Amino acid sequence: MPETLMIGTRIRETRMMRGIRQSDLARQAGISPSYLNLIEHNRRRIGGRTLLRLAGALGVEPSRLTEGAEPAVVSALREAASDSAQAERDRVEEFAARFPGWAGLLADLHRRTEALERIIDTLTDRLAHDPFLEDSLHEVISAVTAIRATAAILVETEALEPEWQARFHRNINEDAARLTEGAQALVRYLEAAPDRDADLAVPQDEMHAALAARGHHFPELEAPGAQPEEVARLVAREARDGLSAPAQALLGAVLRRYLEDARALPLPMLRAAIAQHGTEPDRLARATGADLARVFRRLATLPEDLVGPVGLVICDASGTLIFRKPIEGFAIPRLTGACPLWPLYQAMAQPLAPLRCRVRQAARGAATVQALAVASPAGPGGFDRPAPLQGHMLLRPDPGEAGGEARRLGVSCRICPLADCDARRETSILSEGF
Amino acid sequence: MGKKVLVIEDEPNIIEAISFLLSRDGWEVTTHAKGHDAMEAVRQRQPDLIILDVMLPGKSGYDILAEIREDAAFAGTPVLMLTARGQTRDREQAERAGADHYMTKPFSNADMLAAVRALARA
Repeated sequence: MPETLMIGTRIRETRMMRGIRQSDLARQAGISPSYLNLIEHNRRRIGGRTLLRLAGALGVEPSRLTEGAEPAVVSALREAASDSAQAERDRVEEFAARFPGWAGLLADLHRRTEALERIIDTLTDRLAHDPFLEDSLHEVISAVTAIRATAAILVETEALEPEWQARFHRNINEDAARLTEGAQALVRYLEAAPDRDADLAVPQDEMHAALAARGHHFPELEAPGAQPEEVARLVAREARDGLSAPAQALLGAVLRRYLEDARALPLPMLRAAIAQHGTEPDRLARATGADLARVFRRLATLPEDLVGPVGLVICDASGTLIFRKPIEGFAIPRLTGACPLWPLYQAMAQPLAPLRCRVRQAARGAATVQALAVASPAGPGGFDRPAPLQGHMLLRPDPGEAGGEARRLGVSCRICPLADCDARRETSILSEGF
Repeated sequence: MGKKVLVIEDEPNIIEAISFLLSRDGWEVTTHAKGHDAMEAVRQRQPDLIILDVMLPGKSGYDILAEIREDAAFAGTPVLMLTARGQTRDREQAERAGADHYMTKPFSNADMLAAVRALARA
C-alpha cells in the first residue's frame, strides 16, 4: 500500500488506541464523521489544516501521522520475512504502521535471534577446532576402531590359532583401557571446560582460584585487630592481578566472613582448643562456644600442618555450591548438579542437626573420606524475612572402619556410573555414551 | 605370492587387525607408521594398493596422497583413505586429493575387505 495512503490507517489506529469515538474526533477536527470515515479508510487524501487539526485532537505530532514506520524497523521486518513463507511480505509497511509496538518488538526479536545465531556459530566453531577435543576424540575413535576390528576377527575367524587369540585378547584389553582413559579425559574436560578459557570463566571459578593460590589461609586477616580495610586491600591486590569485578565482589564477601570468623575464633584460641581437644569440630564448637558452621570454615582456613587436609563445600538453599575447597579423593562439581546423595543435602533437610558419615564417590581416583554436614541459617533473618539456609560439609581423610560403613555416592549424575540410584536425575554419559 | 598392500597407519593395534585380515585374504601386507617418510616407504615397497590414514604423525594423509599422485609411478595406484571424520567436507577433501575410496573409522572388517577387493579388481 502506498505510503501516502497509510495516513488514514494511522489516524484510525491512533484514535482507537486513545479510545476516542469517530464522531467525537470528527467534531473536534471540524469535519463530518462520514468524511473522517473516508479518510480513515484511506479513501481521501488529506493534508494541510485538516491534518493539523486531526493531529492536535489526537495529541500527536502531525509527522507521526504522515511519516511511515521507522525505516530500520521496516528493514528488519523485511529481513525476518525473507525466511518465511507465511509472512505477508507485501504488507510490511502497513503492519509496521498499524502496530508500531508489535513491529518494533518483532524487529528486536529478529535482531536478537541473529545475534544469538552468530554466538552459536562462534561457539560451534571453537568447539570444532579445539585441539584438546580433537586429540581426545581421535584417541577414543582410534581405540574403538581397533577394538571393533579385533573383536570381529576373534568372533568371525574360524579355528583362530591360540597365539593369535591371546594376542588379540591382549590388544582388546589395552585398547579398552585407552578408551576408558580417553572417555574420562573427555568427560573431565567437558565438565570443567570453562576453566580452560579465560573468556568463559565464571566469577566463582576466578574467586576460588584466587583463594586456592593463597592456600585458603590469609595471615593478614588472622592478625589481632585486623580491620575490614584489610579485606579491601587484599581484593584490590587481586584486582591488580586481573581478577574481574564480579569475582572481586565474591572474594570480598568470602574474606569479610573470614574476618568475622577469625575475630570470633582467633587463631591463638583455636590453637589452644585444638591442642586440648583435637580437631573434632563438635568438640571444638563446645569448647569455644562457636557454631559448627563457623568451626568448619575456620578449620578449612587453617594451615594443613595444624589440622591436616580439610575440604569444605558450602551450598545455598537452592543447593548451588557457593564455596568449594577440594580434598584429594573427593571431586566437587563447579556450581550445580552435585550428587543429591551428598550428606550436605541430607543436612539441608534437617537444619541444625549435624551429620557425620564415611563416603566414597563412584569415580576414578576416589578415596573414602569423612563427611560432616550441618545446615544453619546464614544471618539473623526476621519475622518478615527468614534467614536463608546454608549447608556446610567438611571433608576430612578417612577415619577408618570405626567411622561406620562408607556410603557410595557420586560426583554428579552426568558422570556417575552408579546403577539403580533413586536420586538419579539424568542419564550418565559413562554408561550410555561410551 | 599375493598382491602387495601397504598400510600407512600409526595405531599398532589397528595395523595388526588390518594386517591379519588382509593377509588371511591372500595379500602380502607391509606397514608403515609415520607420515614424514611415507613416500619413501611407498617407493621402496612398490605396493599394488595403499591403505592410508589421514591423521599421521609428521604429515597428513592428504599431503602424502598428493605426493603419491605426483609420482608418475604411483599416480594410478589405488588408495583407500581412513579417517576418524565422516563429514561430507572430509569425504570431498579425500576425493579431491585423489583417493579412490574413503572409509570412516570405526569400520567393519567386512566393509574393509569388500573395499580392498573392489579396488584391486578396478
